[in-house]
Amino acid sequence: MSKQILSPLPGTFYRKPSPDEPPFVADGGPVAVGDTIGLVEVMKTFHEVKAEISGTNARFAVENEEPVMAGALLVELD
Amino acid sequence: MPVKVIKPGLLTTIQDLGRPGYFHLGIPIGGAMDRVSLRTANLLVGNDEGAAGLEAVFLGPELEFTEDATIAVTGADLPILIDDVEQPGWTALKIKAGQRLGFGYLKSGARAYIAISGGVDTPPMLGSRSTYAIGALGGVDGRAIAAGDSLPIGAGAGGTEGATVAPDLRRATGSPVELRVLPGLYWHRITETAQRGFFDDEWKVAPEADRMGYRFRGGKALEFVEREQPFGAGSDPSNIVDGCYPYGSIQVPGGTEPIVLHRDAVSGGGYFMIGTVISADMDLIGQLQPHMPVRFVEVDMETALKARADRAALMNRIRGALDR
Repeated sequence: MSKQILSPLPGTFYRKPSPDEPPFVADGGPVAVGDTIGLVEVMKTFHEVKAEISGTNARFAVENEEPVMAGALLVELD
Repeated sequence: MPVKVIKPGLLTTIQDLGRPGYFHLGIPIGGAMDRVSLRTANLLVGNDEGAAGLEAVFLGPELEFTEDATIAVTGADLPILIDDVEQPGWTALKIKAGQRLGFGYLKSGARAYIAISGGVDTPPMLGSRSTYAIGALGGVDGRAIAAGDSLPIGAGAGGTEGATVAPDLRRATGSPVELRVLPGLYWHRITETAQRGFFDDEWKVAPEADRMGYRFRGGKALEFVEREQPFGAGSDPSNIVDGCYPYGSIQVPGGTEPIVLHRDAVSGGGYFMIGTVISADMDLIGQLQPHMPVRFVEVDMETALKARADRAALMNRIRGALDR
């Protein structure tokens, strides 16, 4: 049974803190509770999406800079 | 008795119907983006329509009540949770001292309005409790609510528990959303092709949309009628000698991305405006999420006034349905 992290907000999803930096969470990497897994940009602000669950083998359902709706699946974990 | 803010949400502000009368000094009317939703939430809990409530955008707050109250949540479809049990929207709900009001993920719309019997009783500034964050006016010390805040609540009679507004009296956004526009003031500055294109193209709400203005992108860039720019207008064809900006006016900096000014608008500046979204559709803009498709629809003054009267009639039907 995989675990899911959903987007709390509608906006644009970013996997990296800035274009020149590596992603917050690598594909296939682990996630701990409280980790930032990405950013959602809306209304000129960047909102950090923090994991409320932990897991391994992160599989992202949305690409960097892709639009997301509130409640959209962002990442699945084992 | 105060309501404690456990989590503030993304940007939750105290709003009433705003502070008219100061726009000429650069202070906008402010107030609820979706006025009918705020009025309705207040009616449901037995408040005056213009009492201050909370406007939560996209993400709801988590609040703890220290005294029994009647609450109602209207506007966006944001699942309402009292101690984690889902409750209906557009309905007067009892909440007890010690209980927590929270929210699930947004399903549709953008802004939810939370009315509490007695109303939020922060100090009015220039006749309003509305938060105008850029000017540090109203709200809690001129800002959005924050974790740890204690919001004062006035004395209220409370509404009738279970009172609800029928679904046909709630406005849905539809897709694509249609925003009616009265062309005007600088409409002649763009070519006929650009005029047609503006109304034919499908636009999308940009993530930069906020209380000051809603930005749209995705349509074709506007083509300007050539002219020699007047003194003081600057060289860009989308610039004018500074003018007054009405609420709802559509400016298009550089001719590329239209911005519709909303309740926290700046009062003037040097961008040309191709028209104005009619007053009847301003509430609707407050419920648009980023990336939603939108079309602008051309109307004349007669249609705009009829639409305004229809909006007023809708509000009267809501009052009638709630015996107010």
